[in-house]
Amino acid sequence: MNKTFLKNIWITILILPSLVILIAVVVYPFGYNFILSLSNISLTHIRDWKIIGFDQYIKVFTTVTQPNIYVIFFKTILWTITNLFFHVVIGVSLALVLNQKDIFGKAIFRTILILPWAVPQLIVALTWRGMFNYEYGVINAMLTQVMGLPPVEWLKGESTAFLSAIITNVWLGFPFMMIIALGALQSIPRDMYEAADIDGANWYHRFRYITVPLLKPVMIPAITLGTIWTFNNLNIVWLISNGGEPQDSTHILVSFVYKAAFNFYRYGYAAALSVIIFLILLLFSLSFMKKTRTAENVY
Amino acid sequence: MKNKFIKYLRLTFSYLFLILFCAISIYPVLQVVNISLRPANRLLTTSLEIFPQNATFENYIKLFTEQPFLIWIGNSSFISLVVTLTGVVLASTAGYAFSRYEFIGKKISLLSLLVTQMFPPTMLLLPMYIMLVKLGLLNSYMGIMILYTATALPFCIWQMKGYYDTVPFSLEEAAMIDGCNYFQSFYKIILPIASPALVITALFSFMSSWTEYIVAAQVLQNTELWTLPLGLKSFESNLGTEWGLYGAASVIIMVPVIILFLVLSKWLISGLTLGSVKG
Repeated sequence: MNKTFLKNIWITILILPSLVILIAVVVYPFGYNFILSLSNISLTHIRDWKIIGFDQYIKVFTTVTQPNIYVIFFKTILWTITNLFFHVVIGVSLALVLNQKDIFGKAIFRTILILPWAVPQLIVALTWRGMFNYEYGVINAMLTQVMGLPPVEWLKGESTAFLSAIITNVWLGFPFMMIIALGALQSIPRDMYEAADIDGANWYHRFRYITVPLLKPVMIPAITLGTIWTFNNLNIVWLISNGGEPQDSTHILVSFVYKAAFNFYRYGYAAALSVIIFLILLLFSLSFMKKTRTAENVY
Repeated sequence: MKNKFIKYLRLTFSYLFLILFCAISIYPVLQVVNISLRPANRLLTTSLEIFPQNATFENYIKLFTEQPFLIWIGNSSFISLVVTLTGVVLASTAGYAFSRYEFIGKKISLLSLLVTQMFPPTMLLLPMYIMLVKLGLLNSYMGIMILYTATALPFCIWQMKGYYDTVPFSLEEAAMIDGCNYFQSFYKIILPIASPALVITALFSFMSSWTEYIVAAQVLQNTELWTLPLGLKSFESNLGTEWGLYGAASVIIMVPVIILFLVLSKWLISGLTLGSVKG
């Protein structure tokens, strides 16, 4: 009795501070956000707001916004898939190349390749914004001086501004996937490949039947996490497009919500859209994890 | 003969591929350093040189003498330090409990921590902002430190839990037999073993507050309270960017982060693959 009592006290000491803080700063605001999404709160109703039901949710789906919410949704999907595709392809390729046993200078290569991850996102965004500058940017300088092509108005055009944001985000995101893949590759025993060689397997067989199956359980959770982070990446889109420029055409869902909340003070609407984004991601993660049956690896 | 040829071909392409991506990775970083060293009359140049002609430190001197940069460094250091300390203490203890003991609500709590990762950034920022307005805590460090801790803590707890899971339980059992109590076996035996995970947790907490802009821009509107990212962003504007100051400030902000990151990169691999991902 004394011993279990002591143990319970010990567990309480370990867990209680985090529990109290998380309830105060995560659970409570989460509930509060839900209540706000059911209310008419805005700048003019910041103190005298009242519950009005699901009006804000209906507004999200029916009001004609500038730009159209469905276009933004489509752009968010495009943004997430393009980014993830390049993150994984570049990251895994680099990891495979680095993991060959006869490559010299692995540590140096790895250190340099991690750099994009180490640079703070704010500096990444502002620096690339400078590099995309029409007159003085390095990218146009390279296009005109090295390749002899005409300069591009990167940040002024609707599709080029979005492309600029994607290029920037691909740059900063591939090292994470590379590190994860490298960790997984290093844990594959070399004698598996040697055994395959003895059995007469060529490089494709080795890749297809040893590397891919052993990479998959590690990459699937990383891709899930990467998808969520990219879907929710406010920094890059917001800062590269300077808040949605040109004319609010460069938005993904999260930057649109941020603008609705803090530039247009439509708090209730923003709260409702936040809940919807959260539900989209929750459904995606659940189904993706279930489909690939790796849930037991993560929980 | 043929095999040797293929081997050289493979190695050549491997090195070319690596060098290409190293160049892509390092170029924007060099670009920032380059801008910070440019003299005032060469800030807007279209030349492709990596190192500027007539390089000078005048931007750095201007940053410290004509701008409240030291105040911003002080503000950011204070906030980051408190957030990092809180994060490490809370995550190392809670993560330990999640890894070692069974208790009511454990599974649902772990799941909830995972679910918070799916919150869009406005999900907590908006209600907290309105709460801070009502409590009169806008323009205070209390508010921003609470927000930073809230966003970093769930991931850190998972990270620590994942690492403790790889440490065998028999270590504590042995320590208990030797007369250690619960606290001693945690503090003296397990915590030192978990130092790689502690370091990574500290790094992430630190990074999340040292370089955060979006939240700070809403909560800290008073110039005297500004953190480094807010100061840095103030050099950039549509009408005319102070490129020299921007470059110098960026270098000072990112150098400590990059050094920490690279020094810890070895632990990053084991910490991340063991901790957050494999669980």
